[in-house]
Amino acid sequence: MTAMATIIAHDTRLAFRRGADTLLVLGFFVLACVLFPFGIGGDPALLERVGPGLIWVTALLAAMLALDRLFAADFEDGSLDLLILAESPLELVVLAKAAAHWLATGLPLVAAAPVLAVALNMPPPGLVGLLAALLLGTPTLTLIGAVGAALTLGARRGGVLVSLLVLPLYIPVLIFGVAAVEAAIGGSGTGPRLTALAGFLLAALALAPFAAAAALRQATR
Amino acid sequence: MITFLANPARFLRVAGAVLPWCWAVAAVAGGLGLAIALFASPPDYQQGDSVRIMYIHVPSAWMALGAYTLMAAASAAALVWKHPLAHLVARAAAPLGAGFTAICLVTGALWGQTSWGTWWVWDARLTSVLILFFLYLGVIALGQAFDDAERGDRAAALLAIVGFVNIPVIKFSVDWWATLHQPASVLRAGGPAIDSSMLAPLLLMALAFLAYFLALLVLGVRAELAGRKARALMALGAAGEDRAL
Repeated sequence: MTAMATIIAHDTRLAFRRGADTLLVLGFFVLACVLFPFGIGGDPALLERVGPGLIWVTALLAAMLALDRLFAADFEDGSLDLLILAESPLELVVLAKAAAHWLATGLPLVAAAPVLAVALNMPPPGLVGLLAALLLGTPTLTLIGAVGAALTLGARRGGVLVSLLVLPLYIPVLIFGVAAVEAAIGGSGTGPRLTALAGFLLAALALAPFAAAAALRQATR
Repeated sequence: MITFLANPARFLRVAGAVLPWCWAVAAVAGGLGLAIALFASPPDYQQGDSVRIMYIHVPSAWMALGAYTLMAAASAAALVWKHPLAHLVARAAAPLGAGFTAICLVTGALWGQTSWGTWWVWDARLTSVLILFFLYLGVIALGQAFDDAERGDRAAALLAIVGFVNIPVIKFSVDWWATLHQPASVLRAGGPAIDSSMLAPLLLMALAFLAYFLALLVLGVRAELAGRKARALMALGAAGEDRAL
């Protein structure tokens, strides 16, 4: 447990000091969301109609941006080998690193999303639903992304490749996330969809560390 | 039998013996199946003759799912038991499965336009098969993304196993969600709901597709083996030149 806490604290401190990952993800999220009203016209009714899907898709794409840095820094300077050889199970190490990554990139997305949603004319019940859906969905995205990042360690064009790999696995989260926000706007049915998102999160928490740890062991063989 | 075939030279001998039979079965079953499907089988009472797309669409869908299952099983055999040829089978199966999925999607779109009036709909079955297609492409891309071929093998194997969760989703998507795509008619509780005059050519075409897939799989594994041998010889030759210098 202390090992996990140490890793989370260390990685979060590093990410906070460097700031590049957080700013990149947040910047892309805001810019992409802002581009759409320019592209599709600022008609409030249209923006309200597409708002949930738009925010979710741009959040998804933004979450993918910083994925290839999840393990790459440790891989390059050799600390990944030490983490694999350490006493703590590699699966817990992966969980800790994914948690730190989420604190640095996922949580800012959740914080920025309601602001952008207001700009896209989303009614207040939708904002609450969006917060809940993103809080449940972004950790799942980070965990699935951790598997992709571990698989592509040291690959040519790793950054683009990890995006292509994790996108098919992101689609269920996207479908239920948008459905949850639209249900919140409509007034009924939010509970089941949020429960489905929670189910995805639990499944990812249980399975992704094992897949990512297996991939990390292969990468350093 | 699987360990019997682990020796590459033995596998090549067995494969060489099996290959002409695969071509023969594919040709005969395919020819007979197409003849019955296109001419002898009855038209649908609602769709008329356009139902005959089914005889290509359904077997290709079965092959798409089957090829992925084979790929995932071979990947598991490679990672768990370190079977020497399993990675090659997985590598050879991936583009074949992607091809069958593409055929399934295209023939499905053509059939959808004639029977539903739309080329595409985002229901659970079509979306999950599209995800399957992207998973195939991801496995192929990941396998080729590394300079070290073995690293690529192992990474692609892991991805294939991770993506296997999509297969039961595809199979049961028409049961779990309300879909425009029709529910299962052949592999379902209670037996096939399709008349034998249509089931027979369907199964013949499925057999033809399977034999064709196996023939191409054997060719693919042979090609992969030859490629690895060539690479190993090149590496040996380069090392020899260094020593000579």
